[in-house]
Amino acid sequence: MTLAQSEALTFECETGNYHTFCPISCVAWLYQKIEDSFFLVIGTKTCGYFLQNAMGVMIFAEPRYAMAELEEGDISAQLNDYDELKRLCLQIKRDRNPSVIVWIGTCTTEIIKMDLEGLAPKLESEIGIPIVVARANGLDYAFTQGEDTVLAAMATRCPDKAPVAETEKNERNAISKLLNFGKKKEEVVKEESEYVDHPPLVLFGSLPDPVVTQLTLELKKQGIKVSGWLPAKRFTELPTLEEGYYVAGVNPFLSRTATTLMRRRKCKLIGAPFPIGPDGTRAWIEKICSVFGITPKGLDEREAQIWESLEEYVKIIRGKSVFFMGDNLLEVSLARFLVRCGMTVHEIGIPYMDKRYQAAELELLEKTCKEMGAPLPKIVEKPDNYNQVQRIYELKPDLVITGMAHANPLEARGINTKWSVEFTFAQIHGFTNARDILELVTRPLRRNNNLKDLGWDKLVKEEAKI
Amino acid sequence: MKLAYWMYAGPAHIGTLRVASSFKNVHAIMHAPLGDDYFNVMRSMLERERNFTPVTTSVVDRNVLARGSQEKVVDNITRKDAEERPDLIVLTPTCTSSILQEDLHNFVERAQLEAKGDVMLADVNHYRFNELQAADRTLQQIVQYYIEKARKKGELPENKTEKPSVNIIGSSTLGFHNQHDCTELKRLMADLGIEVNTVIPEGASVHELKKMPRAWFNLVPYRELGLMAARYLEEQFGTPYVDITPMGVVETARCIRKIQQVINGQGADADYEEYINEQTLYVSQAAWFSRSIDCQNLTGKKAVVFGDNTHAAAMTKILAREMGIHVVWAGTYCKYDADWFREQVSEYCDEVLITEDHGAIGDAIARVEPSAIFGTQMERHVGKRLDIPCGVIAAPIHIQNFPIGYKPFMGYEGTNQIADLVYNSFTLGMEDHLLEIFGGHDTKEVITKGISADSDLAWAKDAQAELNKIPGFVRGKVKRNTEKFARERNVSVITVEVMYAAKESVGA
Repeated sequence: MTLAQSEALTFECETGNYHTFCPISCVAWLYQKIEDSFFLVIGTKTCGYFLQNAMGVMIFAEPRYAMAELEEGDISAQLNDYDELKRLCLQIKRDRNPSVIVWIGTCTTEIIKMDLEGLAPKLESEIGIPIVVARANGLDYAFTQGEDTVLAAMATRCPDKAPVAETEKNERNAISKLLNFGKKKEEVVKEESEYVDHPPLVLFGSLPDPVVTQLTLELKKQGIKVSGWLPAKRFTELPTLEEGYYVAGVNPFLSRTATTLMRRRKCKLIGAPFPIGPDGTRAWIEKICSVFGITPKGLDEREAQIWESLEEYVKIIRGKSVFFMGDNLLEVSLARFLVRCGMTVHEIGIPYMDKRYQAAELELLEKTCKEMGAPLPKIVEKPDNYNQVQRIYELKPDLVITGMAHANPLEARGINTKWSVEFTFAQIHGFTNARDILELVTRPLRRNNNLKDLGWDKLVKEEAKI
Repeated sequence: MKLAYWMYAGPAHIGTLRVASSFKNVHAIMHAPLGDDYFNVMRSMLERERNFTPVTTSVVDRNVLARGSQEKVVDNITRKDAEERPDLIVLTPTCTSSILQEDLHNFVERAQLEAKGDVMLADVNHYRFNELQAADRTLQQIVQYYIEKARKKGELPENKTEKPSVNIIGSSTLGFHNQHDCTELKRLMADLGIEVNTVIPEGASVHELKKMPRAWFNLVPYRELGLMAARYLEEQFGTPYVDITPMGVVETARCIRKIQQVINGQGADADYEEYINEQTLYVSQAAWFSRSIDCQNLTGKKAVVFGDNTHAAAMTKILAREMGIHVVWAGTYCKYDADWFREQVSEYCDEVLITEDHGAIGDAIARVEPSAIFGTQMERHVGKRLDIPCGVIAAPIHIQNFPIGYKPFMGYEGTNQIADLVYNSFTLGMEDHLLEIFGGHDTKEVITKGISADSDLAWAKDAQAELNKIPGFVRGKVKRNTEKFARERNVSVITVEVMYAAKESVGA
């Protein structure tokens, strides 16, 4: 390692010639998360082809998503956008009867300036189904930022007042009776009293249901009650957001959602590191506690105990180096966790860096590097993949976290890689899932350990130019 | 606007990229927004490609939208030219650049002034052509470009090769079993004493293109890719082409006879009858298979076929003509070339289906209830849902359709592979059917019970609900590990908290 030890994190910006997924890919996980939704991607064959291939076998499971494929007549405005969308949305209503249709605007709708935000309210009142518009296009955003645009649009749909107690209670009870049949009223009352009295807290970010349960329980241990999640399991269950509510993000790519919650819903944002890795989870909980004036209980032991259980994995990566090419905005949090595990980070490539929304995370990264005696990494926004590959050849990192376009070619050149997209679909949040992150990170190292004596490291003939 | 869940043929630029990246040392630069370079992922994954896919994007972002690409495209071309010294850079328009209507021709001309290599614009309209048409067009365009360039420089060869020779046109990256087909075709040509002059585009250098006129004839094995180039060469040099797909015993023989006629017409003295006879009767197993008891049992069984023109047509003929199977309908998604398909298959099936709508295909399968399906991955999944076996014969395909082992569909070895594919599809269906008649795989239920029946622990409602969220294939394991954890700690009721404590302790 010849990198000079710098005093503060350095930020660079390259050409933006990098590989990532189109942000419309967010429909793949959001339609699964929001069970009564239907996602309509208004775009071309190119968008459809990407989704069809990127979603893999999910496409065969009758997904609640479809393309509104634009044809030449739509582009040249020979066809009326409103009539066309109405026809398709009525068909969706008839076939699937969703509680919400989410329109995903694409590059094409941007370029031809199709006024989706203007058309939606009109059509909504005509067909009687809420229509949420999210412009998740490749002109403006990368990969996971797609979710950000959808959640920012959803945030404006959250009810702004907790419904009046009486009527609502009955209604809720009808559903909750169905859900926790048999649960006695006293139990519910008892549950309420386990919480400290604090202003309502709503968390935002789409996570698999088991992870939602885990993080909710984690906060419950501190007496903090999670009043709701954006998004909830169903569109009809979106959380109430009143002025003055507190909100906290669980993922680093949700800056638009955070902004919307603060500016339009007048919520107070708790800026915390993200609950990725035991260190991040602890810092996240501590920050929320501190905002509510609660002294966290048992976090030290909890974190120590998790680290102890991770030791077999940490052993594998301690002292090794890692290079993030950057494509999903989880990079800073993952890098911070891996530094804590004893790795050296050469470079953190990232599509977009919101220094305000990620402030606490960046601070924790810096602090972690100092505590671990690791050099401060260079953060490269809008990276250039070609230049990065040249740097990788020079630095020879032990692990490169990268997209599938580069993974096989790098492996063939004897460089260990981990496919970055897996981090977005695996469960990586909270104490419980720290092991899953390391399972992913160490997999190439463990695999190549098994093969190391075979002499099959480099499998391309000439030293290729790129 | 149309509601679409699935497409059989991809967008135009995919076709262009498939052709460009098949050549050696050709780089494609897409004029596209971020994320449209998914082609690289597909090639790297499906083909398990060891090298970086030679495709980069000149990113169209907000700035480009506001002010036009200006220098950006030109810079990206000249930069790539300097970095990798490709022989040719193909600027590839996408749906986005189609509507931006920037003067890409002009960019190409400007870049050409600086670039050492050649630069060209793929002449493909996104809204009028699909992947297959675009691929055909791009290949023709590249061939024409280098023929004209050589002609200008006076580098075009004067004569044909001494011995009969062939250009094999149409083998490309991400094509269905194309690499294996290509090997098989080369072997076939060697058997026939025909020299292979060039194979394009897969693995070819653009410098080879100028020697294409030396071949006695062109062989175009795939209906979808290569015909335009072959027709161009015929028009320019009078080179005849053979476009009979050598797939199946009868068609392979027909292809070989056509080759014989074409080369004898140019003064060769070939007689391949002996070879065809030897291969058909004794070397390839397919003819013998048709005669065997196995195949007899397939007589009159119902099948349906769907795919691209080449494979669906060939498959239909093989099933009907060579195996006596009843093809209820045969279909293609190559709507733009539907007449050809109809003409090829109408005497071999009851009905011809031309559609790009996978829903219509699914309905047609359900209506017919065939014993086996031969189609794409989509039909395979329809088959799964309906419990009908499916042999995959055409793109769209998954990684398992890029086998490492040698599995051509063409030539005599191809006939063997197809016989296996057909027979395995039908017997699997038969086996399943018989098992059902005789009571199914009887042990399955009992085993599951044996493992979970001794559960002495109570699961709290919320924990039970949480458990049900875990995917079925690991649920049993999670349940067992959690119960083991609970038992060791004398926990009698398993709550969600216990579940996750268990996960943390064992990583279940």
